This record gives sequence, structure tokens and C-alpha cells, in this order.
Amino acid sequence: MKIIVTATEKDLNAPVDPRFGRCQYFITVDSETLEFNALENNQKNAMGGAGVQAAQTVSNAKVDAVITGAVGPNAFQTLKAANVKIFTGATGTVKDAVDAFKNGSLEETDMSTVGSHHGMGGGRGRRR
Amino acid sequence: MKIAIASGKGGTGKTTVAVNLALSADNAQLLDADVEEPNANLFLHTKFSEERKVTVYVPEINKDRCTYCGECSKFCAYNALAVVPNKVLVFADLCHSCKGCELVCPEDAVGWRNREVGMLRRGEQNGISVVEGDLNPGESQAIPVIKAVKQEINLEKTVIIDAPPGTSCPVMEAIEDSDFVILVTEPTPFGLHDLKLAVDVTRRMKLPFGVVINRYGVGDKRVELYCQQEEIPVLLKIPHETLIASLYSDGEPFVNHMPALKQDFQELLTRIKQEVSS
Repeated sequence: MKIIVTATEKDLNAPVDPRFGRCQYFITVDSETLEFNALENNQKNAMGGAGVQAAQTVSNAKVDAVITGAVGPNAFQTLKAANVKIFTGATGTVKDAVDAFKNGSLEETDMSTVGSHHGMGGGRGRRR
Repeated sequence: MKIAIASGKGGTGKTTVAVNLALSADNAQLLDADVEEPNANLFLHTKFSEERKVTVYVPEINKDRCTYCGECSKFCAYNALAVVPNKVLVFADLCHSCKGCELVCPEDAVGWRNREVGMLRRGEQNGISVVEGDLNPGESQAIPVIKAVKQEINLEKTVIIDAPPGTSCPVMEAIEDSDFVILVTEPTPFGLHDLKLAVDVTRRMKLPFGVVINRYGVGDKRVELYCQQEEIPVLLKIPHETLIASLYSDGEPFVNHMPALKQDFQELLTRIKQEVSS
């Protein structure tokens, strides 16, 4: 099965990036052979819509599932429409996440797990 | 003549200055462009005679024409469109109505619908023509509503624009094209910090401006020193007085009760008129 794991660096030993839309890298992994490739998330600093764009990237990659820490409402809606299964709450390395996925200990989510703008960090308020 | 009232810091007295200035002018038009929290009417009590919706264009995809090629999503700088197999998702609240998706669509599948983002209200009170913009709760884009407010400008009147606080895009939209900007501050370190930001924006926009110090008497002298050093005119100091606070809490503009301050505001207007025409 082809899956995407969000990661903070670009290999299988990288920690899972808990943010979906604003993750550093998308690691596409074949869950059987563990062949992988890493794609940098060029929208991680987007002013808005990072989740939509990340979900678009995942959809374009034609994978079966995505593993991450949390997804917001727009990303969730897009991934659902693209028929990509969503697994949240992953921790450890990318490889740990793939193992957890294979032995069934990751639970598929059927709703967004965080609100809008969750991964934006502080200090981005529009008003002063 | 168009006078915009702005400030870096919120809660310094923009609306107080805007309302009292409008009441001290002959033939004024007051535009409340602080559309995220329009509050000038708490002091004017206008019964609005007109109300209309402010709308923006958002794309609507013609499913019969769309081939799900993804060009629109690729083009959209605001990530408002996602194209997945056999479906286009439109995230209307992210759309900035640039219509770029319509231009790049090879199938002519992009149409438009109106989306309501706020309300515009108009009325007359005490000889003042009042226009209020009110952004709908949860909406993030204030600018279309501010634009709608500014379309109501009547240049035959003394136009007073109550701008939002801060120094971001909505502030720039509100003060753009003004003949003069009044920056309202308070004599505190926080007031000074944000005044400097507001001065920076106003200078970059090449707009003539001066400062009104509200709650004069609290804090320290650093705002005045800063204005001296930067050669910024201090147009008026509104004293920190219990009567002003008390009138404020009753929703009463102080110029209606304090004739000396009304005269100060009239002189302020005369001075601005002179600066604008010179």
C-alpha cells in the first residue's frame, strides 16, 4: 500500500511532523517494501489554506492513506473527497508510524482532529 | 476633504475623536470603517434608514464542463480550490475574488456566485451622514466591506473615516487616499510603541498626518518627546478627566457637554483644512 507520512526531515528515521498542512516534508512510503521518497512542503508558510494545498498534494500523489498528527477541517474535507484514508495521532519516526499502521494500532479518523489555523503557531494575529 | 482617524494601538480613542470631530464639523459624513467592531454608533445613536448586504464573488464550478484538470487549483495563490478525482472543492472563505481561476480554466467551467460577507448601513443623525460597515462574525476579510463603506464617500461633506486599529491591510485600505490622517495615541509606553508603527505606515503611504494624544495626564512624556524629535505636530491633547469617562460610559459624545473641547475640535478642523489646502 502507498501511504504518505508527514515528517520533519526527509527519511524514514525522521520524526513524524504532527502538523499536516504545515509539515516540513511529505514522505511517500510503500508499506511493504519501505521504498520511499521525500517531497518538501513548499506551502508550509502559506498565509492561508496550507491544509487545502497539502491535501491537494496528497491527492495528486494517488496514495491510499495519509499518516500525520492532526488534520484541520479543510484538509479533512479535501482528503475525504479524494478518498484518502486519514490516520492521526502518529508519533515516533516515520518508520514507527508505518509499523503502527501495518499492525493496526493507528486508528482511522472520520472527522477533523483540530480547528482551523491550528498549525500556524502564535504571533500571526491580524490585529494588534 | 477626507480625514482618516487611525491608531496603532486599539482602544486609544479613535472612535471618540471621530465622533466628536464629526459633531464639531458643519456638514460632516462619518464612515465607520472599523468593520470588525463598528462602534461609532454607540455614541451617535443613528436610526439607520438603509441597510444592504456586502457581497464578494466566489467561484462556482460548472460540473458539466469541468474535466478536473487541476489548473485552477494550481493557479490559486490563496489555496481556495482543491481538485481531486471527479470533484472540485471551493473554500469560499479563502477566496480573494481575483478571478484568476476563470482566466486559466481551459474549459470555461468557472462561473461566479455572490457570497455575503457583511452589511452596510446608512442614516442621518444630528446633521451627520453616518455610514457603517459591519463584517459578519467569523469572516476574516474586512477589506471588501471597507471598500463598500468608502464607495459611499460624499466629497461635498467633511468626510471623517474611523479606521480599524493596527497597521495591517484593512487599516491601509481605510486610510488610503485620505487628505489627512489623525493618529490617536495615549501617553503610555504601549501607546508610543504602536504609534511608531502607525507613523511608519502613514509615512510610507505618503499621507500628511498629525497626532492627537488622548487621556493626556496619565503615563509619561515620551509620546510628546517622540513627536518633537520626529517633527510630528501634536494637534490636540484630550485630558484624562472623570467627566469624559463618565459621558463615554453613558454613550454621550463629550463635545455636547464640554464647549471648550468642542472649540478645540473646531480649531483642529480649521488647522487640518489649512494644512490640506497649503
